[in-house]
Amino acid sequence: MNVLVYALHNDGAINKNSLGAVSAAAKAASDLGGEAHAVLVGGDDLTDELLGTLGAFGATKVYRVKGPEGLAQPVVDAMGTLMNDHGYDYAVFGGGLLGFEIGAGLAARVGGGVTMEVTGIAVEDGKLVAERPILGDSSISTSRYKGKGIVIGRLNAFEAQESGATAAVEDLEIELSDFSTRARMVKRGEQRGADVNIEDAKSLVAGGRGLGNKEGFEALEDLAGALGGAVAATRAVVDAGWYPYAAQIGQTGKTVAPKLYLAAGISGAIQHKVGMQASENIVAINKDANAPIFEFSDLGIVGDLNKIVPKLTEAIKAKKGS
Amino acid sequence: MKICVLVKEVPDAAVEKRIDPQTGRMDRSGERNLNPYDTHAIEAAMQVKEGGVVPVEEIVAVTMGPDTAVRALHKAVSLGADRSVHLSDPALSGSDVAATGYALAGVLERESPDLVLLGQQSDDGECYTIGAVVAEHLRMPSLTQVIKMDVAEGTLTCERQAEYGYDTVEVDLPAVISVGDAINEPRYPSLKAIMGAKKKPLETLDVAGAGLDATRVGAEGSQVDCGEFKAPPAKAGGTIIEDEDTSATVDQIVAWLDERKLI
Repeated sequence: MNVLVYALHNDGAINKNSLGAVSAAAKAASDLGGEAHAVLVGGDDLTDELLGTLGAFGATKVYRVKGPEGLAQPVVDAMGTLMNDHGYDYAVFGGGLLGFEIGAGLAARVGGGVTMEVTGIAVEDGKLVAERPILGDSSISTSRYKGKGIVIGRLNAFEAQESGATAAVEDLEIELSDFSTRARMVKRGEQRGADVNIEDAKSLVAGGRGLGNKEGFEALEDLAGALGGAVAATRAVVDAGWYPYAAQIGQTGKTVAPKLYLAAGISGAIQHKVGMQASENIVAINKDANAPIFEFSDLGIVGDLNKIVPKLTEAIKAKKGS
Repeated sequence: MKICVLVKEVPDAAVEKRIDPQTGRMDRSGERNLNPYDTHAIEAAMQVKEGGVVPVEEIVAVTMGPDTAVRALHKAVSLGADRSVHLSDPALSGSDVAATGYALAGVLERESPDLVLLGQQSDDGECYTIGAVVAEHLRMPSLTQVIKMDVAEGTLTCERQAEYGYDTVEVDLPAVISVGDAINEPRYPSLKAIMGAKKKPLETLDVAGAGLDATRVGAEGSQVDCGEFKAPPAKAGGTIIEDEDTSATVDQIVAWLDERKLI
């Protein structure tokens, strides 16, 4: 049985999480005795060359659909048509925001089931099963689908695996639903704040809502300076305008794995965790002893970051100077 | 304009969440709070109403859940909703996301709102998907995780953060919008509003009353079976320091970092 997989793209490049989803779908399809077929919706930047590269990640066919970019419902139209009329029972999405919207809408469109935050898929008795961590990752549940099934991966859960193959490209014309045309992208992918580089830093000092205000980042910049690292931020504080989007970690931001990740005033929601959990050493400072971040930090300090961070900066400077 | 706000009762953050091993479902016995994300949706509705750009006739809170979920509706009304609708039926128990979205869409269809608002996620299920399911059934445009929403006659201009930065999207009404917590700072209800909440109209509907197809809801009507709960791979617990003497705490942190050659 063939498996459908969505690939998100922007500015002529395919999203890394989508590449992982293609590889995961290819593995599942192979276990089901079929192939993985990818779907992309967009404009002229969907060239044969770009789409063909998905073959290297396991897709044998790529559907190219002309439609608006960055919006979920046109993709639901495309994938819904394929699932309802072309015999696909399963669709796979990589981690990210748009996949959640498309996957959920698609489940409703095709009368299927949907599982999100999936960390692994497998085939049992000729059917797809999905594993999903729940309750703050304290337990893992297994989802089985009665009929059609939609799998939405957790960010970075599916690893892209590259080989030498290329995929055939097929143009698919679909009619957009009336309501799909009633949302219009005015501006996509606006970068807010300075263009900072956090990906190359060996140490990252990250700040969250617990900083209290924008000025709280000054102390973190001092600490990052003492450590020879850079400053990162959570989505909440970026949305609030306290720090640049380019420094954001997590679901709709960057994924990092520095030697040291020091989280100050960050509760550790899943959406943040998925972007930094591969860090070698995680240190957390939070005044709430029940904050989830303490469950995956190597060193946790329960206390007031306003008292601890400046002293820590001084102590590190002194240590380095000695 | 009529605004419906979808709300949900969730476990109090202080209550440990668990799965009932017998049923494989979330044990909801400790629940007693309005989902914190939903308070942002109610506040967004209130700001549209108070903004005065488009006259708002009514804000209606809608929930699906057991008898206790009435408390979430009372809270929603105390925060500004004019009345509420409670979809409650033992037959709904065990509904998955798709079935829940179908059921809520059925209630919303009866109300024919111009705008449906909801919080970007529930505090318990950790999913951000119900809005997209509801929108599909209602055949309305939809956007999730919206952090800025400007309303005009017949359209909304919404901003949200997606994979590549901030998107600005124009959406025609009627529409389903899920809001992020950065969209506003919810107000606290006044004592008078809390006292008066129980007096506001509350309609209770069962599956038949809402005109729903009983074969599409509940565990039977759901398309996903969840089970076989297992523990994740054990991770060695980290060291925890309770900061009492900050100088001593800082010495400990520095020693820890130094041991790992991180300084």
